[in-house]
Amino acid sequence: MIKNIALLFVCVLARPSLAQVVVVDGSSTVYPITEAVAEEFQNEFRAKKYKVVVGTKGTGGGFKRFCRGETDVQDASRPILKEEIESCKKSGVKFIELPIAYDATVVAVHPKNDWIHEITVEELKKMWEPAAQGKIKRWNQVNAKWPDQDLKLFGAGSDSGTFDYFTEAVVGKAKASRGDYTASEDDNTLVQGISKDKNAIGYLPMAYFMENKSRLKALAIVSVDKKGKVLPAVLPGRETVENGTYAPLSRPIFIYVSQKSLSKPEVKEFTNFFLKNASTLVPSVQYVPLPAKAYEMATKNLHNEKLGTMFSGHSEVGLKIEELLAKETKF
Amino acid sequence: MEDIMSNAQTKIMRETVREMDLTANLKWRRTKDFLFAVTGLMTLLFAICVLLALFIDLAMTGVPRISAEFFMNFPSRFPEKAGILSAWVGSLAVMITTAFVAIPVGVAAGIYLEEYAPKNIFTKIIELNIINLAGVPSITFGLMALGLFVYKLKFGQSILTAGMTLGLLVLPIVIVTTREAIRTIPNSIREASYGLGASHWQTIQHHVLPYSSGGILTGVIISLSRAIGETAPLITVGALTFIAFLPTAPVSDVFPFVSFQWLHDAFTVMPIQMFNWVSRPQTEFHVNAAATGTVLLIMTLLMNGIAIFIRYRFRRRMKW
Repeated sequence: MIKNIALLFVCVLARPSLAQVVVVDGSSTVYPITEAVAEEFQNEFRAKKYKVVVGTKGTGGGFKRFCRGETDVQDASRPILKEEIESCKKSGVKFIELPIAYDATVVAVHPKNDWIHEITVEELKKMWEPAAQGKIKRWNQVNAKWPDQDLKLFGAGSDSGTFDYFTEAVVGKAKASRGDYTASEDDNTLVQGISKDKNAIGYLPMAYFMENKSRLKALAIVSVDKKGKVLPAVLPGRETVENGTYAPLSRPIFIYVSQKSLSKPEVKEFTNFFLKNASTLVPSVQYVPLPAKAYEMATKNLHNEKLGTMFSGHSEVGLKIEELLAKETKF
Repeated sequence: MEDIMSNAQTKIMRETVREMDLTANLKWRRTKDFLFAVTGLMTLLFAICVLLALFIDLAMTGVPRISAEFFMNFPSRFPEKAGILSAWVGSLAVMITTAFVAIPVGVAAGIYLEEYAPKNIFTKIIELNIINLAGVPSITFGLMALGLFVYKLKFGQSILTAGMTLGLLVLPIVIVTTREAIRTIPNSIREASYGLGASHWQTIQHHVLPYSSGGILTGVIISLSRAIGETAPLITVGALTFIAFLPTAPVSDVFPFVSFQWLHDAFTVMPIQMFNWVSRPQTEFHVNAAATGTVLLIMTLLMNGIAIFIRYRFRRRMKW
């Protein structure tokens, strides 16, 4: 005990030499991955005294800092938006976009719910679109086969990236959602809510479903491909997300690296380390890694300093990651 | 004769009636008094029970997790390896800075307003503003600090910025409690001092301040225990979530032996670390959050306890 306390004082009083710090800020969805990478990176580069700090200002707040040139790396749960590209351009911040993992949204019900195992995107839209507000209140209003029971909806709050993506993928327009449902920014609250009500249905990030598998039941998603063909129902899972069949409720998440910062050795090492170890570190924090080939392509983009974004300032639903990486970037 | 008799009788009767009135009235008043006391006690018990229930619930989950390692480890993706070293050191550093900002300014302002300020409209406006300032939501201070300290004065997202933000946040509390404490000093003490030829400042220095320091210290500690739990303004000025190194040490073995570099270092604080853990999917992280919450609560209770102790000591030392 005394030895511990003495050690503790040494820890507090010890003077670290002036460190080279990688500054990361942005989405709290991407945070667990960055935390894992930062932890391992600092262990690996202990001799060089490379340090990493990570903030969680949110994707929007983070981009504001990133485009002012205050941060080296930006965590983003969605692609950079048009306004953000403009503000980066104005201050001369050029960036490289690197997809690092998949984030999937799971539609879940109470485990004792016996009338539903799969749901079509069309039915989800009927439940969640703004027009449903105040009207769709019972299960059988969505699908006549379901019982005449109260429909209790749980979902992400409007500040969350999950909300933006779910509405875009299901309703067709980001942030377009009915408002009369139990919304929470804290996904643990959603788990609680759904697991306590037999008539509940809700959506939440996959990591929260994985931790609470005994308390929730995930629904298989039935989607329609571009030609209008109905695809078989797909349950969420690491495999189905990775091979792209769990559509449209999975999306890539990104880091953005400032080109100017890449001249600093610690930032260069950090981003390299990130892509090199993502395939092992990403699953350790319950996210789905990208296919190995995607990381290879991303590493190549990093080395060639391929600037700009592969998106035209908005999210794209249902694109495979390899198709994404091969796309021409815009800046 | 008869008249007198009946007069006396009615007088007696009237008096008994009045007495009965009085006893009935008194009884009713006593009942009211009793009812009020019971209601008050119930309210108090309710508040204490809620606090106790929260604390016990938190402690039951959190206490088993608290160990020396928990205080000495940095945040980690492994819940069992994660600790609050950077968080509590950050909280401590920010609190010290806050105290250095809030105490001198707050106490000086309190002394000025109570002892020197002329009673005019200008003083009234200042007083009104201080009271208003105490009610301003903390996030507003954060936004002000982001604009002024971080971007205008270029202090960066540092311990200095955080300490000054929280210092301003608790300043009204320090000013108000200082004034209250000074007001409790009877005027006869001041007059005796003047009578012996002391100047205004000497009177304050030798009599008013020492006698009121118990109250002032209590106010300072209570304001600091409010500041230690603040999250919103610190997130706004850019407190971090993951930071696995400590601020520069304030003392070193090379000349000039003390360094204030730590004021410019990045930081995180305990409430932010706690919030981050609460919102994670893994229950093990929730346990960590509960442990951090317990530490935070114990620290706040300890600080308030110290405040009560100081007040007690100073009261005992007073000779008049």
